[in-house]
Amino acid sequence: MVTGDGVVRGFLLIIARDLRLALRQRADAWLAVLFFVLTAALFPFGVGPEPNLLARIAPGIIWVVALLAVLLSLERLFLADYEDGSLEQLLLSPLPLELAVLAKVLAHWLTTGLPLIAAAPLLAVLFHMDFAGLGVLLLAMLLGTPTLSLVGAVGAALTLGARRGGVLIPLLVLPLYVPALIFGVGATDAALLGLAARPHLLLLGAVLLVMLVVTPLAGAAALRQALE
Amino acid sequence: MADFEGRSLRCRRGGRDVFAGLSFALPPGGALLLTGPNGSGKSSLLRLMAGLLRPADGELLWEDRPIDEAPEAHAARLHYLGHLDAVKPVLSVAENLRFWADLRGGGESVDAALEAFALTELAAVPGRLLSAGQRRRLALARLVAAPAELWLLDEPSVGLDHASVGRLAAAIAEHRAGGGRVVVATHTALDLGDPQRLSLDALPPPPLPEMVW
Repeated sequence: MVTGDGVVRGFLLIIARDLRLALRQRADAWLAVLFFVLTAALFPFGVGPEPNLLARIAPGIIWVVALLAVLLSLERLFLADYEDGSLEQLLLSPLPLELAVLAKVLAHWLTTGLPLIAAAPLLAVLFHMDFAGLGVLLLAMLLGTPTLSLVGAVGAALTLGARRGGVLIPLLVLPLYVPALIFGVGATDAALLGLAARPHLLLLGAVLLVMLVVTPLAGAAALRQALE
Repeated sequence: MADFEGRSLRCRRGGRDVFAGLSFALPPGGALLLTGPNGSGKSSLLRLMAGLLRPADGELLWEDRPIDEAPEAHAARLHYLGHLDAVKPVLSVAENLRFWADLRGGGESVDAALEAFALTELAAVPGRLLSAGQRRRLALARLVAAPAELWLLDEPSVGLDHASVGRLAAAIAEHRAGGGRVVVATHTALDLGDPQRLSLDALPPPPLPEMVW
């Protein structure tokens, strides 16, 4: 039988393994951050270098590009483990699959979401965003990017067995990213206009809590299906 | 009864029966050898036993309790070795093995497991540089690195050289001497001592579907 101690240890082992794998394959982690910065840097060329306009649309650009960067990294969340048989072994480990999914998502956020948050101030400067909004932007990203990883994990798990699953993920996941996008941008906009950002942040937190419950259950069910 | 038992199992894949009415009973220390031509359902049966697949009919019992009553407890008592080796290309041989052993609470016998399959010299080599046979040996070392009561081995000797097949036979013999059970599907000669045999092509053919015009 699995003890509580064993479950916590197994959970941490999976996170440590995925972090080590990410560290050995650094190109994957850099890809998301570089995509984030470079794509955002295209906007001044597209809409013109007018500082007021750029400052006004900065929160929206940063969020949309962050969302796309996370999307870019989703396919590798389960695919490598699926193809080399590790997923089968994870399913047959004493650790409940739900917790294994949560551990993998957490590792994904640490290697994708967290670097995006670290790079966000750079973009805020680039867009002349008012520094009054920077704190709220980072706080909103801290609450919102884990949601992006959690929602995306369900999509990645559902498309595992499918041919060209990588193309299906965006179709499945993008509509579900809308709540996080609305509240994330709303919080930063509110702070820039001197309004209360708190309600938006609370809603972002609520979405995160819901997904913390839904993703392990739905993700594990989808993985079991894929391995049948 | 302390058997690992299957009762009138039926397996359906892709809308047709792979086998039906299959039963077996495996006591502690027993070995079960699955034989039959390609496509006769040996791998499907092993996946049923592991709980990766569910039977369309019939039940699987571990010491008189259905295995799907507590899937995690069943997973904890078995090692499943499928066609894939679960070796990460960027981790070393020792790191690969240590992760799976630690996840099962083994851990301390990693060195002994490397020794058992002659992998000690390769311990620091990354997985991507291993040959197919060496990867297979690393997958087999998982069996020894963390104890489990039931081994489910699907073509375990594929790609192995003569000496390694001998090491595998020795590991299985030791496992059985300690009261462990093993189910093996194989086409090659592998010395299992005195296994029970289950031939999957000798099963009664599934009834033909009735034609309705």
